[in-house]
Amino acid sequence: MKGFLSWNVLSGILNTMVGLAAPFLYAALGETFAQTSGVVNLGVDGVMLLSAFAAFYVALTTGSLWLGLLAAALVGLAMGLLMSLISVTLKAEQGVSGIGLYMFGLGMSSLLFKVLIGTVKTIEGFKPVAIPLLSKIPFAGQILFHTDVLTYGAFLLVPVAWWVLEKTTLGLKIKAVGQNPAAADSVGIGVGRIRYLAVCIGSILAGVAGASLSIAQLDLFQDNLTAGQGFIAVALVYFGGWRPVGVLAGALLFSVANSFQLWMQVLGVKLPSSVAVMLPYILTILALTVTANRARQPAALNKPFERGES
Amino acid sequence: MRVKSLLVAAALAAALAVAAAAQPVKIAVIMPSATTDAAFSQSMWQALQSVQKEMGGESAIELKYTENMWNVPDAAAAIRDYASSGFDIVIAHGSQYGSSVQEIAKDFPKVTFAWGTDVDTYGLPNVYAYTAAAEQGGYVNGVLAAKLTKSKKIGVTGPIEVGDAKTYIDGFIQGVASVNKSITVSKTWTGSFSDVALMTAAAKTHIANGPDALTGSSQSVVGSIGAAKDKGGVLWFGTQADQASLAPSLVVASQVYDWTGMLKDILAKRKAGVLGGVAYTLTLDNGGLKIAYNPDYKLPAAVKAAGVSAAQGIAKKTIKVQP
Repeated sequence: MKGFLSWNVLSGILNTMVGLAAPFLYAALGETFAQTSGVVNLGVDGVMLLSAFAAFYVALTTGSLWLGLLAAALVGLAMGLLMSLISVTLKAEQGVSGIGLYMFGLGMSSLLFKVLIGTVKTIEGFKPVAIPLLSKIPFAGQILFHTDVLTYGAFLLVPVAWWVLEKTTLGLKIKAVGQNPAAADSVGIGVGRIRYLAVCIGSILAGVAGASLSIAQLDLFQDNLTAGQGFIAVALVYFGGWRPVGVLAGALLFSVANSFQLWMQVLGVKLPSSVAVMLPYILTILALTVTANRARQPAALNKPFERGES
Repeated sequence: MRVKSLLVAAALAAALAVAAAAQPVKIAVIMPSATTDAAFSQSMWQALQSVQKEMGGESAIELKYTENMWNVPDAAAAIRDYASSGFDIVIAHGSQYGSSVQEIAKDFPKVTFAWGTDVDTYGLPNVYAYTAAAEQGGYVNGVLAAKLTKSKKIGVTGPIEVGDAKTYIDGFIQGVASVNKSITVSKTWTGSFSDVALMTAAAKTHIANGPDALTGSSQSVVGSIGAAKDKGGVLWFGTQADQASLAPSLVVASQVYDWTGMLKDILAKRKAGVLGGVAYTLTLDNGGLKIAYNPDYKLPAAVKAAGVSAAQGIAKKTIKVQP
């Protein structure tokens, strides 16, 4: 463990953590909006995949990363509308709808990749941008203030999400329809409309999560690029107790554990690799167990709203 | 009347025989990743296309594939579907498919099955097995990397410590040690063949520790190559398929799996009535493994000579590489 005590290794662990956490933050904070309104969207991974493809393809063909990001957000919005239509308007079982959305995203992104691109290609994605002065702060400067724009955005989204959910009328309405949709409806809040909005916000953010992988961190697209990150994002919402700060803590814990196990391997720590790669999951399960009793699940989570039914 | 009937029957039989002879050989392949993965699956798909072209195109060989079969039960269903729908040869291209092939092949004795990477035909007359001596090309890449590294640090990004991913890396480390034992080779395993994001993070972690050369195996190494490209100046050594196009200025050489010889032999044997029972191993000696030097990378002549010499030594068995 001696090697871990150097600044180089510590900053390396934290640097990797910051990058790994970004897509989780977008996807999990987005899912926090959806779930706070009472809709579980298990299709986050599918949204991420299709959006990651859209971002990459548009950036590849137009040369504009910003257009790629916009394409990802639009794909996220379209899938959010689809999920809302199925789960809010048609009142289908949310878990099954979400799995369907995931499989659609997985299959469609794979098909489009094969038809429109054909083979693995790379692009010049968003590059790290140093924030003047702040990036010069010893140690923390290079970790927090020398990264790409989408990673900055992911961390800035935490206070924004908190503010929207806790301090705005929209946030109160989202919470109201997630806690007691009948009561919200009785005071004139459009339950369906708010749920549509929350699910679409969540899906747009899942789309940005996908883009952060394909045009900022990896600069490529490949089949099943997310490798299940969307499902981990859903778990992080439970981990975080439907609070943006809790989601941040979960994303950082999972990412730092992953970063730590990679550094353990690089430094040759005598631990079987199969045990090392399990470390983030073991830690997350332990943390979930510890925090489970403190979670405040929205009372109407996973329950379609029907006027007249309590 | 009887003679007339016999003549009609004979003519019909002849026509059917001609029609049967004109039928293309139907080959299906089931793969864990995409045909465009720049690695394992792509190597087999390209070989199949090459053999098809060489033998007369679609009129001679009909090809079908099912890709992204990470889920073994899905792959098993696809293998059975192809076997039961008239395909002559079904290739299960993944070591995880072995038990499925073992079970299904018994139900279709007239269908040829091939699977890999492994050498076990399960004692079945209609099953071929195939593998690649990946440690051989790994050794050659290791020699090249050791000659080129200035930092004396090399990073290795692997998926799961099994099969040709492991033997490639074992060979690579032996190749490095044959040049300079003091070079540090650090390894990471991500626990997944498909997690590109984690593979990228692994490569970035290596790079932060100071190596100027990286290698790795599996479909997810496209992420590692991307990380090397981002950093700039970190060399890459590929395996399974020629990966030069992913980073023309950084990829020094790739070990390429060339399955064409094996496929042609399977077709020839099938024509002669042999449906299986043979295990193939791609080696540098039999031409199944090739070292593709990237023409866009300016490799010093002396270093290339060392690589060529290592490959020849392995082929002639003067250099022994432990798998």
